[in-house]
Amino acid sequence: MASYNTNEFKSGLKIMLDGDPHAIVENEFVKPGKGQAFSRTRVRNLKTGRVVEKTFKSGDSVEAADVMDTEMQYLYSDGEHWHFMDPKSFEQLAADKTAIGDAHLWLTEQDNCEVTLWNGEPLTVTPPNFVEMKITQTDPGLRGDTATGGNKPATMETGAVVKVPLFIEEGEVIKIDTRSGEYVSRVK
Amino acid sequence: MTLLQRRATLLHAIRNYFFSASVTEVVTPILSRFATTDPHIESFATVASMTAGGVEDTPRYLHTSPEFPMKRLLCAGSGDIYQICSVFRREEAGRLHNPEFQLLEWYRCGFDHCRLMQDVEDFVRHCIAALQQLNPTLREETVFHKIGYYDAVEAATGLSPQQLSPASLQSYFIKQGMDCPLSADEPHADSLDIWLDFLMSMVIAPGFDKTGFTFVYDYPASQAALARLMTVDGINVAARFELFYGEIELANGFHELADALEQRARFESDLSQRQVQGLSDVPMDTALLDALANGLPDCAGVAIGLDRLLMMLTEAERIEDVIAFPEGRA
Repeated sequence: MASYNTNEFKSGLKIMLDGDPHAIVENEFVKPGKGQAFSRTRVRNLKTGRVVEKTFKSGDSVEAADVMDTEMQYLYSDGEHWHFMDPKSFEQLAADKTAIGDAHLWLTEQDNCEVTLWNGEPLTVTPPNFVEMKITQTDPGLRGDTATGGNKPATMETGAVVKVPLFIEEGEVIKIDTRSGEYVSRVK
Repeated sequence: MTLLQRRATLLHAIRNYFFSASVTEVVTPILSRFATTDPHIESFATVASMTAGGVEDTPRYLHTSPEFPMKRLLCAGSGDIYQICSVFRREEAGRLHNPEFQLLEWYRCGFDHCRLMQDVEDFVRHCIAALQQLNPTLREETVFHKIGYYDAVEAATGLSPQQLSPASLQSYFIKQGMDCPLSADEPHADSLDIWLDFLMSMVIAPGFDKTGFTFVYDYPASQAALARLMTVDGINVAARFELFYGEIELANGFHELADALEQRARFESDLSQRQVQGLSDVPMDTALLDALANGLPDCAGVAIGLDRLLMMLTEAERIEDVIAFPEGRA
């Protein structure tokens, strides 16, 4: 089984801890002039997103996590699983509720997104930073009101609810930043 | 360019300090037949020919500190000496480490480690005053704290020297909910020193005054390195101190071990520990042992990492911020 020595530690490295894949966020080399060296790290659990501190004795080795990011196309959802396809090999994979997380709110069919695989199975799904979506429901806006601030909730075709300016109407397509879930602009 | 000026000013201040104190500047070899035996320090090694066209079969080591040849000078009657030099340590790189770094080392005859601590304090105050012209935010009223090693351990954990063991420290870390990479059941983790190193690095030092200096003195006898041993309140301790700025280790000093036989025994114990840990076998400095056999004057010595001192004096976050060409760009 592949493993990493502490001297190979750097941020982004994927390792196995307590049965879960983790990514190193920060690694600090701590060593007294005349004493044992340690690697003090902060690691992110790739399943839960939680960041914890973990310290290693220098020279220890840690099992590598077989984790890789792949670009895949979202095909469809059967309600229980979300199906993706590798655009090169046409191989299909299904992500369950845990793996998809909130990403399903931002996925429309045919979209490309990043699927993180752990031992070949989807671990997390990251939607594109910006997506374009159609509004299925929103209260009528105030015509001509393009200047004043103010916003209202709008429901997207995926069920996501986004705050949009008052002048936006039902049936319109808008651009959304998926990292913040915020409205960016109207798409003509 | 400010960086260059600051280091130049510091070097000038150092030479002024020792000139005024009649301490002689010396130069000793960087490349040596011998290496440090310390299991926690790895020397850069090379194999080369020492004559033109000769056979490439002579091992040489880059020094990790100028301590051994400086002690040979002391044995030869040099009197008080100091040296500023670059030293090299393998496998040490990070926010506070560069594999090549600048060390200031000095020895005072007739001093013990307590008197040397006062000298170090005077020296650091002298450097702060010198750098203040370039960096007015430096505080003149800098505080120096002093705490005994075992007092610091007891203050942090409630454990007395007699109560310290891998098992008692492990239960302390568990009680604190701390993540500890050591296990008292593992065969190699039975050395109490590794546990104490972890405690010092992760708990005690991070608790020091963040904007002041802290001396830690009277180390465990098992961490004597090159210090002589003594008994304080019935406990065997090493006449050794370290200076920290915040939690950053700046200096290490000893009331120097003068006994050649004891020194040889420590070298041999280091070497057998290196063998157990699968580390490289290195030649011990027999020239030092010969010199010690002829007599080392009663003296105390200290080494200060100048890059870290400069970090403190310039409020830098990373060691590479004070080095013109750090590792990777060297």
